[in-house]
Amino acid sequence: MSADALGAEADGFFDMLEERRRSSDLSYAFRSFNPLPYRGATDISASTLNRMVLESQYLSYVIQEIMLESDEPREMLLEEASALLDEMSQNLQLGFIRLLGYAMNKVFKSVFSSIHVNEDGLTRLQQAIQEYPVILLPNHRSYMDFLVLSYIMFTYDLSIPVIAAGIPLMGMKLIGEIFRRSGAFFIRRAIGSDKLYWAVLSEYVRTIVRTGYAPLEFYIEGLRSRTLKSLTPKLGMLHMVLEPFFKGEVFDISLVPISISYERVLEESLLAHELLGVPKPKETTGALLKARTVLKENYGCMHVFFGNPVSVRDLVKGKINHRQYNLVPRDLPMKPSKEMQEFVSGLAHTIIRLQERNVVLSAWNLMAVVLLQNLQGIDLDLLTQKTLWLRRLAQRFGAHLRWPENVSDSEVMSSSVSLHHSVVRCEGGRVYLVEEEGPGPVTQEEGVFKQAAAVLMCASYRNQAVHVFTRPAMVAVAMTTAASHRTDDIFHNFTFLLELFSNEFVVIPGQAVQDFEEGCSLLQESGVIGRSDEEIYVKDNGQETIIFLRAILQPFIESYQVVFRYLCEESSQTLSEKMFSTNIRSFIMKLLISGEVQSYECLSSDLHKNVLSALLRMDAVTKTKV
Amino acid sequence: MASNSSSAQQRLRIIAGHLQKRPEEENASVAAQECKAEAPRSEPSSATPVPRRRQEIMKWNGWGYSDSRFLFNKKGQAEFTGKRYRLSGLILPSLKDWFEGTFGANLQHRSPATPSLNLSAVAPPHLNQPFVEDLKAAGLSVSHDPEDRVFRAHGHCLHEVFALREGRIGRVPDVVVWPSCHNDVEKIVELACKHNVCLIPYGGGTSVSSALECPREETRSIVSLDTSQMNRILWIDEKNLTAHVEAGIIGQDLERQLNERGYCTGHEPDSMEFSSLGGWVATRASGMKKNIYGNIEDLVVHIKMVTPRGVIEKSCLGPRMSTGPDIHHFILGSEGTLGVVTEVTLKIRPVPEYQKYGSVVFPNFQQGVACLREVARQRCAPASIRLMDNEQFQFGHALKPQVSSIFTSFLDGLKKFYITKFKGFDPHHLCVATLLFEGDRGKVLQHEKQVYDIAAKFGGLAAGEDNGQRGYMLTFVIAYLRDLGMDYYVIGESFETSVPWDRVLDLCRNVKERIVRECKERGVQFPPLSTCRVTQTYDAGACVYFYFAFNYRGLSDPVHIYEQVEHAAREEILANGGSLSHHHGVGKLRKEWMKASVSGVGLGMLKSVKEYVDPQNIFGNGNLL
Repeated sequence: MSADALGAEADGFFDMLEERRRSSDLSYAFRSFNPLPYRGATDISASTLNRMVLESQYLSYVIQEIMLESDEPREMLLEEASALLDEMSQNLQLGFIRLLGYAMNKVFKSVFSSIHVNEDGLTRLQQAIQEYPVILLPNHRSYMDFLVLSYIMFTYDLSIPVIAAGIPLMGMKLIGEIFRRSGAFFIRRAIGSDKLYWAVLSEYVRTIVRTGYAPLEFYIEGLRSRTLKSLTPKLGMLHMVLEPFFKGEVFDISLVPISISYERVLEESLLAHELLGVPKPKETTGALLKARTVLKENYGCMHVFFGNPVSVRDLVKGKINHRQYNLVPRDLPMKPSKEMQEFVSGLAHTIIRLQERNVVLSAWNLMAVVLLQNLQGIDLDLLTQKTLWLRRLAQRFGAHLRWPENVSDSEVMSSSVSLHHSVVRCEGGRVYLVEEEGPGPVTQEEGVFKQAAAVLMCASYRNQAVHVFTRPAMVAVAMTTAASHRTDDIFHNFTFLLELFSNEFVVIPGQAVQDFEEGCSLLQESGVIGRSDEEIYVKDNGQETIIFLRAILQPFIESYQVVFRYLCEESSQTLSEKMFSTNIRSFIMKLLISGEVQSYECLSSDLHKNVLSALLRMDAVTKTKV
Repeated sequence: MASNSSSAQQRLRIIAGHLQKRPEEENASVAAQECKAEAPRSEPSSATPVPRRRQEIMKWNGWGYSDSRFLFNKKGQAEFTGKRYRLSGLILPSLKDWFEGTFGANLQHRSPATPSLNLSAVAPPHLNQPFVEDLKAAGLSVSHDPEDRVFRAHGHCLHEVFALREGRIGRVPDVVVWPSCHNDVEKIVELACKHNVCLIPYGGGTSVSSALECPREETRSIVSLDTSQMNRILWIDEKNLTAHVEAGIIGQDLERQLNERGYCTGHEPDSMEFSSLGGWVATRASGMKKNIYGNIEDLVVHIKMVTPRGVIEKSCLGPRMSTGPDIHHFILGSEGTLGVVTEVTLKIRPVPEYQKYGSVVFPNFQQGVACLREVARQRCAPASIRLMDNEQFQFGHALKPQVSSIFTSFLDGLKKFYITKFKGFDPHHLCVATLLFEGDRGKVLQHEKQVYDIAAKFGGLAAGEDNGQRGYMLTFVIAYLRDLGMDYYVIGESFETSVPWDRVLDLCRNVKERIVRECKERGVQFPPLSTCRVTQTYDAGACVYFYFAFNYRGLSDPVHIYEQVEHAAREEILANGGSLSHHHGVGKLRKEWMKASVSGVGLGMLKSVKEYVDPQNIFGNGNLL
């Protein structure tokens, strides 16, 4: 199931806001809405859906199990299940979609200059919705994501999806209820081993898919990415969603990867602060109202790319033996087999790769890559020149770039700089990162902190594009660190990097060879490297590219090194996770102040988390529960 | 609204009255009828047993009797020729539209069959002379006439009939031999062992599993052992209600002869006009009325089979025994790989006093299946209960003969109006269950009420006896219809499975969908007919039957595509928890799945029985194992 087989898409975007700006918000909200439904759908209400879950054989099996373990009476457990369901379930109503549509219409028209949607993607989605149950799988970069998607679905007469949302959203007074009636259902964050909760949730999800109630939307990354880089997928939800297919309850399921990209993300500064350990503000209605000032800004254009629907049936061919379900009741709770887990994991990673492949990048993303290699500031001319050079390279690497047509390059640059006035400023022909305003730095640490915030903000825009470069860049690093020019040696180092960084960059498990080949052939086609039977060498005019690519990975490598150093030098044999995150931050802070460490990205808590996961995975550290 | 309701109710009563014929009126005519779902022959007394030269009365390259076939007449109307069937001589006005509409076929585009067998296409027989001479010396009837041989070289799989229509003849038996009793068979098997020839038992020739195909790798002389002349009822035991019958008798003759004595077996597989008792035993056949009479394994009391090791049979007629694994179960379903079934003792029943058809319309297939499941749960299934999906319901309607009066057509219109407009059934979703009740009159009526009451709980509406009867007629004429399709670029086949209740709906949907998707992927130009029905109910599951047909214009190798799609459909059935076969058997067509179906050890068991019973592989048809 290589992502390559599914192909990248041609450009065919249109700005959906254009039409909206010409008509009134009210007439839009009251437009006739006639989606073509799934042909196998059974027309049921939200309450019938809940009843089906409560009356399901599956739930009754699980309750039986819990009764044996806990001595709780059946009625209590059923009541509990019913309460969980009430907390969880959506209550999709067209009226609220209209209300939301009205509000969104107002907001989007003011904050975005355009929302570009690929037209053929909409057509394919419309087709797919009629044929089989559809799962919408957007990447998650902003709170706006699911709002924008429902907005698009409403605007183009596509069945409104039900959406898996985090429970904090529900906590917001009024807004939570509006979301619920707009199709959101709410999932607790830490479910742990709460058997009943799992049972209710999974049966709820399965029933939605089985009955074709509505398209189901969830974030396969599980969370909103604070770094704007793809997160490694969470598998639980995907398992639930796919089960009706594996058990033959639906003929097929269409997975639709959706790539959302913002030229400027609403939450940009919040994200950077969160990464530096400033806790994220609680999701309350009050906070939301305060955030209204955010809505006065311009966030440029937004792109939504609906990918080709992926047929699970096509992907599964020959990989799963469906007959494993033939000898037991299909409602019986069963652990997924090993082959199943591997399949689902591979599929989830593939979906993320598809999201990455289709994501539309802007000039700004490339500028961010260059800026991060010139933190001391860079002449605008040089920045322009380097960005244009990078544009050619990125296009060769298959990036999905949108470059404004009929606009001079210098205008593209200057408009990007002015749109991102919170990140960069241009003074006397030189471009600098912007540090947050406020009273002058009192301590050195505060100074570092401010600089780091600026860097992380800029880094997040690089991260949106980093997937374009990861494979060639890892080849570039591997070539430098390898003992010889031999392909074997380079591949050996490449696989090490791949494994080490597999929490950092999404790679499909078990495809190291393909990833290596991809990296090499991209470099080869760009004239950077040459290959003989057994060797890989840098071409004379390729040196510059190799250095540039290495520099992209440098902050990551440095961060990992510094964490290793901390673990080796400073820490006692065991330490608690909480201690780790505060200690490491002050450790790195010192090194940054002393100049021993250059990259401010080392301070990112996301990196610290990933290093630990990598070390755990590679058996270098162990984790115990206290 | 309120003032309207009473008049509406009155109208409803009147319409309902039209929908359901008054039982009193029907009794007389039904009681006068034979005890049979559809009397295959109109004049029982004129019937003769199956002749040796079957080609004299039956088609050599299609289904059934030569005098009975569908055709489109000069006016473009469909008609059914001959005199044998209820439908014979009638015009079917809606068939053409249905046919053209469903398949995208066109009466201008014909694909006629080769008119007669080209004898030069038949390879000369590879005779084992000493064997043939010994047979003749023993006074047995033998032939190596090409027509006789070709007739016994095939069953009724699509690829078999398609090849015949194109005049392509593959490997055929070299000799046909007609034993006329058990002793003849013993003699033949003994000689076959002596001269090492391959024997292929042949009963009614209605196989749909490639069971009669001569294995390509067979180098010995192949002898077709035609059991049709062993067709006597040897005795009837009225005290124990059993009959001892020679295994070559065909279903309709067995039932007719028993009926003349006031009895029946009640075993009515759809092929009963042509299939034989021995064939039923060898394939584990199932009859339409198994709910009352049981399947073949429930009906047999005693089986005699001649094997290369000798004769296998039990020593008494006890109704059940605990003497180790039941040896009957080595024979039932052995598909001609172990020997020839020569004589069978069967249970018989008095001909039932009363028989009544019925039908119920459901708003959709899901409701229909739920109703059948409930009927099975309450163990109150009538003699037969079958649920057709919407496509098959429409198919059934296309077979309605021309109505004789304006009044009838007016009534039909009213019924349709009542169901679709008044009751709000969507004509593209509704489906029909057909019912057959049998027994003494009071009980039948009581039973009928019970079933209709259950049906009502699932939104079912009684839809009259005609619809029910037509549904059963469909099963007898469907094979004739396939020949008509093949005249106009349409090929098709049926296949079946059995599946637990909770998977019935999923399996039906997925298999139908898979067929559609596979056809599309393989370049079939027009959407196929992909339809199913639930034909039998059991405590723990049901039997499901699929019809699949498509227009093959524009395809260079339609049969290959057909086979690929059927293969995929079978894979889908197995993946959805369905069995390899409910009653058609395995033959050579489904052999590849045997091991997965019965486990390696299971297959090994069967193989070791084969090795013991037939070490020389005299019964070398290559089925099953």
